[in-house]
Amino acid sequence: MDFDLTDEQRLIRDTVREFAQNEVAPRAHEVDETGRFPEENFKTMAELGLMGLPYPEKYGGAGGDTVSYALAVEEISRACGSTGLTYAAHVSLGCAPFYLFGTEAQKQKYLTHLASGQGFGAFGLTEPQGGSDAGSTKTVAVKDGNEWVINGSKMWITSGAIADVIIATARTIVDGQDQGITCFIVEKGTPGFTPGKNEPKMGLKGSITSQLFFEDCRIPAENVLGEIGRGFRQMLIILDGGRISIGAMALGLGVAALEASLGYSQERHAFGRPIADYQAIQWKLADSAMLLDAARLLIYQAAWLKDQGQPFSKEAAIAKLFASEAAEKACFEAIQVYGGYGYSREYPVERYYRDNRLTEIGEGTSEIMRLVIARNILKESEGL
Amino acid sequence: MNIIVLVKSVPDPAAKVGVRDNKIVEDGLAWEANPYDENAVEEAIRLKEKYGGKVTLITLGPKRAEETLKKMLALGADEGILVSDPAFEGSDELATARILAAAIEKAGGYDVIWAGWTGVDWNQGIVAQAVAEYLGVPHVSFVTKFEVNGQTARCETEVEGGREIIEVDLPAVLTAMQTLNEVRYASLKNIMAVKRKTIPTWGAADLGINPAEVGKGAAHHHLMKLIPPPERAAGRVLKGAPEETVQELVRALREEVKVL
Repeated sequence: MDFDLTDEQRLIRDTVREFAQNEVAPRAHEVDETGRFPEENFKTMAELGLMGLPYPEKYGGAGGDTVSYALAVEEISRACGSTGLTYAAHVSLGCAPFYLFGTEAQKQKYLTHLASGQGFGAFGLTEPQGGSDAGSTKTVAVKDGNEWVINGSKMWITSGAIADVIIATARTIVDGQDQGITCFIVEKGTPGFTPGKNEPKMGLKGSITSQLFFEDCRIPAENVLGEIGRGFRQMLIILDGGRISIGAMALGLGVAALEASLGYSQERHAFGRPIADYQAIQWKLADSAMLLDAARLLIYQAAWLKDQGQPFSKEAAIAKLFASEAAEKACFEAIQVYGGYGYSREYPVERYYRDNRLTEIGEGTSEIMRLVIARNILKESEGL
Repeated sequence: MNIIVLVKSVPDPAAKVGVRDNKIVEDGLAWEANPYDENAVEEAIRLKEKYGGKVTLITLGPKRAEETLKKMLALGADEGILVSDPAFEGSDELATARILAAAIEKAGGYDVIWAGWTGVDWNQGIVAQAVAEYLGVPHVSFVTKFEVNGQTARCETEVEGGREIIEVDLPAVLTAMQTLNEVRYASLKNIMAVKRKTIPTWGAADLGINPAEVGKGAAHHHLMKLIPPPERAAGRVLKGAPEETVQELVRALREEVKVL
């Protein structure tokens, strides 16, 4: 067993950290306050080759592994949650469907464009009436000659309004027969496809969250991702990978909160001593450090399993659940350490708290994570 | 244009350095590229991008310096060479320059040699110039702007209270200031490319250097004692009416710290 990162992973982490701390972090407060999309961050990230980090070079990626990708998401999220989420959604939800299930032609056309950072991708799964109940998709795609006609709507789609191409799930009807759920490729500007306004949110205000409307939206027959009727299964596999990155995002926010607490508690004096001298504060710091360390190991483990080509569905759910709750605790305690200043928008810890809240909801709620874990362990224990 | 850059691995400038037995305590220290060497590497890569050719990095140091070398390779340099031999340990600046000059000769075919203007560890700032002497080529120090014009180069350098414009014949050794350029971030593509590069290690035998003529034994100067700076004492707040505190302040400045 070896807990060391490789030279390459360390180099990637250090480079992303340097970039994120120098360029992304100084803008994070303003991005949060104004709700502005920090386009300039992604311009540099594309130049650095981050936008397609875990995909092969022949498709415009950097050929990195999942561990390196998790490190990149952690470092970017540590600097700015909005940028971290947009990045994670682009790589794990925008690019992954093409890489995992696309035909060679689809990979050449779409993955290369997205992985090289020329545009954003997005994944349209959730609908206004169904988040966790993704199987009850109401959006329908009806085969009409050489085209599909899509009708319905999607909700809470990260980067939905700015994406060049969207993967949308829809119940599929061919000759009046329900063929199950299929993933469809919809390009920006296709007539009948309209993104809604940017949804106001509790945190991650610099990320774009959109409703998507499909009204007699016609796309060519070949815009099926992989096979007809495989959409539900594809979606589950895509989300498994995405969960590693949401865990890494939470870890980054938790680490930022702990670092802020460590700094502040040694500067702030009460009763004649730095508050870090008091056990009440030390225990908070120790608990946060312990939880975040454990979260980090779980994330690396899930990422490593994915890189080894081994099953990682349960481990990804465990990592995401644990990391998001660990970060919740670290952010909560950071606000306690800061006291009144922690509640103030002049200090960053309340932003970390608001930003992290999404990691307990997006790409499967904490409740769904527990369901995934339980189903896995019950299955493993069959016949015991 | 073939460019060689001398890169040194130094302790993280922000790290707290301890002293034990007349040596700095290396345990737990993070090692990085000397910051001015990063400017040197950046300039070399820009020259390569403009004129074509090859950027070769040379680092003298122990095995751990290889990680620094890899980090600098990831900025976009082509080759890295680690010059390392137990016999080199404790070399003074002249011996260091001799070893580096021998490594440069072995690497061969250079038009420009870059280095940082000083190393932030011992702050001697003389090795690059000595390398130029050993190679028999000119050198320009403290370069803030650099332009190649055929067989010569125009350098702007920083001098006390002003600038100098110097034209120098190539090949030459140049030392970089921080203001020379802004160092890029390593791209993922270049980071991934580092894995495919092999970094040779050249020792005394490879360079034809007699181990007796370098290292601690051959040094012309010896470190007698290494003393950490004194711990900064806490400040003193003078309390009372301004007339009294001012008097006390003046007295303390005169009699205690003796700056007046």
